[in-house]
Amino acid sequence: MKRAASIGRTAMVHLTLGGYCLLVLCPIALVLLNSFKTRAGIFDHPLALPAHDTLSLAGYAKVLGDAAIGHMFLNSLIVTGVALVAILLLGAMAAWALTEYGFFGNRLLALFLAFGIMVPIRLGSVAILQEMVALDLVNTLTALVLVYVAQGLPLAVMILSEFVAQVPQELKDAARCDGVGEYRIFFQVVLPLIRPAVATVAVFTMVPIWNDLWFPLILAPSEQTQTITLGVQQFVGQFATDWNAVLAALSLAVLPILVLYAVFSRQLIAGITAGAVK
Amino acid sequence: MAQVQLSNVSKSYGSSQVLHGIDLQIADGELVVLVGPSGCGKSTLLRMICGLEDITGGELRIDDRVVNELPPAQRGIAMVFQSYALYPHMTVRGNMAFGLKIHGADKAKRDARVLAAAKALHIDHLLDRRPRELSGGQRQRVAIGRAIVREPRLFLFDEPLSNLDAALRVKTRIELARLHRELAATMIYVTHDQVEAMTLGDRIVVMHEGRIQQAGSPLELYEHPANRFVASFIGSPTINLVPATAQACSAAGARVQVHAGCEADIPVDAATLVPGQRVELGIRPEHLHVAEGDASATGLRFGGEVTLIEQLGESHLLYLRCADGLELVSRAPGHTRLRMGDRVALEAEAGLLHVFDANGLARRRQAAAIHSGVGASG
Repeated sequence: MKRAASIGRTAMVHLTLGGYCLLVLCPIALVLLNSFKTRAGIFDHPLALPAHDTLSLAGYAKVLGDAAIGHMFLNSLIVTGVALVAILLLGAMAAWALTEYGFFGNRLLALFLAFGIMVPIRLGSVAILQEMVALDLVNTLTALVLVYVAQGLPLAVMILSEFVAQVPQELKDAARCDGVGEYRIFFQVVLPLIRPAVATVAVFTMVPIWNDLWFPLILAPSEQTQTITLGVQQFVGQFATDWNAVLAALSLAVLPILVLYAVFSRQLIAGITAGAVK
Repeated sequence: MAQVQLSNVSKSYGSSQVLHGIDLQIADGELVVLVGPSGCGKSTLLRMICGLEDITGGELRIDDRVVNELPPAQRGIAMVFQSYALYPHMTVRGNMAFGLKIHGADKAKRDARVLAAAKALHIDHLLDRRPRELSGGQRQRVAIGRAIVREPRLFLFDEPLSNLDAALRVKTRIELARLHRELAATMIYVTHDQVEAMTLGDRIVVMHEGRIQQAGSPLELYEHPANRFVASFIGSPTINLVPATAQACSAAGARVQVHAGCEADIPVDAATLVPGQRVELGIRPEHLHVAEGDASATGLRFGGEVTLIEQLGESHLLYLRCADGLELVSRAPGHTRLRMGDRVALEAEAGLLHVFDANGLARRRQAAAIHSGVGASG
């Protein structure tokens, strides 16, 4: 009886997760499939696999042949990369400062940062745009990086604080006895120990930045600074949309983030502190 | 190596004071054990000597230099933590060399020192492993090795054996004693285990509620406890405390009566006691024997029922409940033919007893009495 119940429960869990997986993966699979088809193939049989007569790489040829697209990829990579590094570094340092040192206004500062999680940054779009205009940063990648750092920091600080707090006190004490400076303790003792958490935060902050359409559209829509997510829109016309190119560009846009995810997910191993204490 | 001097050192967190005016002098090469129940402030004191906690008041000197404000690294100390606190992402070699590396020692020097320490601790075959691949005992050795390679003037140990199992604890304890002899280093060792304290310490400092209760050699604490707390803390099973009344008092001894017919002359300096004063008799379990012969004999006799017998092999413990509710423990060598529920009388050796006044302070025992008493009982 008990066994049957447990099998039933497991089956339910897998059914639910499987169904959700299908729901999420279907559109992506559809984009991938159709990106390899001719225009006629896309419209005649949108759900069919690319067959001999419908197989076409026209979309990819067009996208990869377009120098502007390469530039957009580069913009996206720069913005995401710089913002990510800044968020992780500053977030981890802030988390360390807030949890390790008791200073005046510590709690207030933590609360202020937590506030950023509750209020969507897009509410401040107008003010941000005005500020960027005043700073003469419109149509620069710097504007995007700054906004994304502000957007990602609160959650990063919040999550990393939890993990920094779990680093055993005696480990830090041991380092201090060894004469290790505070910066070194942070970089050589604490940071390696919270690597899994940093990887998690990296994945969570990276995806929304890469996929964002809003801020590139209002802050950096110029040809020079377009990101790939924004750039794909140029294939969507008012009267005719180049579906091959759109689908190919979208498929390609998924790739870098997949690679980054693969890199970080290797770090998502728990139990790295095993052996430190006890 | 170093001498350490604490003068009137105190510590408060906000309005609550956890250490009150600690005075302690530790000689060069001495191993001093701080012992006491949890919450007595011993670990806090150690962390203050280390520099991990601020000193609220008083003065801490290491080798005649006031180090109150110095960070841990500049005090020339090394600390071994209860949880080992090894860096999990570094190899054993990395762990041991980290401190030296930070201080800019070159690689050849680091390697030589690490290897020497590892050999002394028999962990030289583990140098390339990570802490998680080691057993508890091995981790403990690495932690000690990390302290040794820095060649500190002063070693601090914070309950280093409490995470080990019983057998390993005894083994490591013996090794620590050997290490102390070989290094001839000044060491301060914190523990709550009185056996560790008795076996390791040149000198034991018993602490309670943020104050030093008594400091002295292990045997001095055992034979001349300064007060009731030290008497109960040192010794296992705990000393029996029996309420009594002082009758005749002089510098040579006191006549103490538990109740009519149960009284004896105790050789303690009782000059400050007054007849009629309430006192407590401290009777070590090994100084309480099953009385033989005449049941009407006088002396310190306690009749009662055996409630529990613990056979330890080399000795046995007898738990007795007297008619007036008094509970006593007696330890005698070998086995016993007594059983639970038997009625027996226990007799105390008057020459070996302790007398505590109403404030819990002990009256100094006469040295001659102890030695003749020890001779008689042995």
